[in-house]
Amino acid sequence: MRITRYAATLGALGLVLAGCSSEAGQQAGEATENAPEVAQDVEFPAGSTMAELAEAGTITVGTKFDQPGFGLANPQGVPEGFDVEVAKIVAGGLGIAPEAIEWKETVSANRESFIQNGDVDIVVATYTINDARKQLIDFAGPYYVAGQDIMVATGNPQGIEGPDDLAGKRVCSVEGSTPAQNIRDNYPEAQLTLFDVYSKCADALRNGQVDAVTTDNVILTGLVQGGQGAFELVGNPFTQEPYGIGLAKGDDEFRTYINDTLEQSFEDGSWAAAWDRTAGAITGEPAPEPPTIDRY
Amino acid sequence: MTTPVLFDLPGPKARRRIRIGTAVGVLVVVAIIALVLARLAGNGQLEAQRWAVLFDPASQVPQALGQALLRTLQVAIVGMVLATVLGLLLAVGRLSEHRWVRVLVSTLIEFFRAVPLLVLIFALYFLLPKFGIRLSAFWALVGGLVLYNSAVLAEIFRAGILSVDRGQREAAYGLGMRKTQVMTLVLLPQAIRRMLPVLIAQLVVLLKDTSLGFIISFPELLRGARSLVEFFTLQFGNQYTFQLYVAAAVVYIVINLLLSWLARYVERRTRTSQKAAATTPTELPADVQMGGGGGAVPAAR
Amino acid sequence: MDFVRENADLFLDAFLTTLGLSLLAGLVALVLGTLLAAMRVSPIPPLRGLATFYVETFRNTPLTVVFFFIIFGLPQIDFVIGFFPGAVLSVGLYTAAFVCEALRSGINAVSAGQAEAARAIGLTFGQSLREVVLPQAFRTVVPPLGNVLIAMVKNTSIAAGFSVSELSSLLPRLVNADAGDLTLVLVGVVVGYMVITLPSALAVNRIERRVAILR
Repeated sequence: MRITRYAATLGALGLVLAGCSSEAGQQAGEATENAPEVAQDVEFPAGSTMAELAEAGTITVGTKFDQPGFGLANPQGVPEGFDVEVAKIVAGGLGIAPEAIEWKETVSANRESFIQNGDVDIVVATYTINDARKQLIDFAGPYYVAGQDIMVATGNPQGIEGPDDLAGKRVCSVEGSTPAQNIRDNYPEAQLTLFDVYSKCADALRNGQVDAVTTDNVILTGLVQGGQGAFELVGNPFTQEPYGIGLAKGDDEFRTYINDTLEQSFEDGSWAAAWDRTAGAITGEPAPEPPTIDRY
Repeated sequence: MTTPVLFDLPGPKARRRIRIGTAVGVLVVVAIIALVLARLAGNGQLEAQRWAVLFDPASQVPQALGQALLRTLQVAIVGMVLATVLGLLLAVGRLSEHRWVRVLVSTLIEFFRAVPLLVLIFALYFLLPKFGIRLSAFWALVGGLVLYNSAVLAEIFRAGILSVDRGQREAAYGLGMRKTQVMTLVLLPQAIRRMLPVLIAQLVVLLKDTSLGFIISFPELLRGARSLVEFFTLQFGNQYTFQLYVAAAVVYIVINLLLSWLARYVERRTRTSQKAAATTPTELPADVQMGGGGGAVPAAR
Repeated sequence: MDFVRENADLFLDAFLTTLGLSLLAGLVALVLGTLLAAMRVSPIPPLRGLATFYVETFRNTPLTVVFFFIIFGLPQIDFVIGFFPGAVLSVGLYTAAFVCEALRSGINAVSAGQAEAARAIGLTFGQSLREVVLPQAFRTVVPPLGNVLIAMVKNTSIAAGFSVSELSSLLPRLVNADAGDLTLVLVGVVVGYMVITLPSALAVNRIERRVAILR
């Protein structure tokens, strides 16, 4: 049988290759475990979202699965990163252990509808607070303030120093995201190339198919890290992007609760610890000053 | 080998020319392969370590790809079962004696064949919630596949039902059967049996189309490969990118080749065991095999 | 209605991109597909093998995977391609396999007697293919070939995931519009495709009637 022979050959090749171990396999065991505090015996006003979630013992969190340092799925399909840690802090305050959190992948384009439809309880997904979004949903936080920046190939062959230099250049970003809209509105001379995820932008930059990638600096930092010397950051943030936690519009009780939890984590150091473990491990920089919560 | 009709069996001179042609052809192919391999090697893509990750359980890659493949197969199988059922109903509806049923069903079939599958999946996932109907990514993907494929299958089933000899239907009516009985007891069983190879071939199309789940971030095989790429890129740069996509492509191709082979096997079996199957369409039209789109005009009969 | 007016240009651009992508990819597919079909019936075994290999590979690979390899895989062999040309190539290469299949079934449908007669009056392989078999095959394959090309138009939608601003790319772009507007976008996109596919389908039917040969 020809098929059996092919299968046998392929299997043998696989065994040979499995014999020589891969770099990825060797380092897989080194991942560190971390468990934020989980509150015990929590009490919440009856009928509140907090009480319902605490009662259910689980919370559904929407986050990115492709954002290095903030929310990136590991091979088991579980996201890791700063957003994920912040969500664990919020859940911990409700007495929900990290294992009991249900993670749902959100992409830039569907975050509002996920919240509006009740697919998720909260969204922690490098989610910029802005007025257009506040029409549809509510934001707790911010828990971090990023700024839009530009990533270019190492050596900056096109000499891009800021957004004004993008005119006529091929600039990559993600469809439905704030940075893309900003470029469209304020720097219409730039040629936008839009993908559904940033990793495709990084590949395109590496291949010389685009001249620059623009989005929030923290996201770019992760991409620079993954580029292993192929990319560099322009380092000239030109916007303020306060990241908030998205929740259903009008649930003020829940919003206040999340804001309180965040503020407490700013004070007790769990926020900084979460940063150091995740995004900080990539950038190599210590945790910044926590932002001021905006209780609008 | 059957005697070719387009050219004579080659004589000594032609055989020599063919041998030369063969040699040149083989050389060209080998040269192209060598060039590709050399370029890949030049970029370090052929290092054993890079490929080992696909088979190294410690890297979690085989497990993750296996899981993703499982989800792809789940979507394909659930989609296939539902599409077959719905396709049968639509086929019967299109053959209905009531004009309004025929018109309604025909419109549905034509509509779902005319809309790109990607748009269909997108609409199920993003538009329906605005009207209060929520589908998970799994069901939105399955739903899109079912709507499109049932429309395609309906046309195929209809051809199958019509291919059952008219005498059988007349004989069944002659025995005093009612039209439901004629359909369910006489026509459908034969049609389905004849359609079996085509159904398996349609599974290939459906399996390919599961990769459209990317538009709604359903973690199927291709998306699974991409997630792994993204995870490893952070730590190791892009050294596994090419390998992981090749792995996904090879898995699709192997599974689909096996399915195509199974379809041909089943077809041979049905053809030898049944005299009546001689007139059955045994292959999917090329446009249906393309998936995603499908012809906007009914397949030629 | 403001929404429609604001986005009219966007729609027109996207529509033209889809149209251009379809026309160019269709051209690639027809040329390559015909070549492949000729190879599959040729007397030289490696050519036959190569064509079969090509068709079986592309037939069993999702178009999305083909896109990945063209856009992000080709640079691995130092061949960098732009997004629109990449999309044309991806859709064209994929569709060529099916054009080949449609043509081959057409060639097989030309009765053996015709080919034998062509051979009997002394035509060579190339001549009999060119003068006798293919012209007839093309007629029988008008409907399947037309269907393949129409299916291709819908398959161009996958380019949306690879940075080509064609019709379907409007969906993720405008998804956060409210329910009424999103419905409008969807209707617009579907109508955009139908503006291309329905006349094509009609044209195919007309050509089919005109060139049909009675057997």
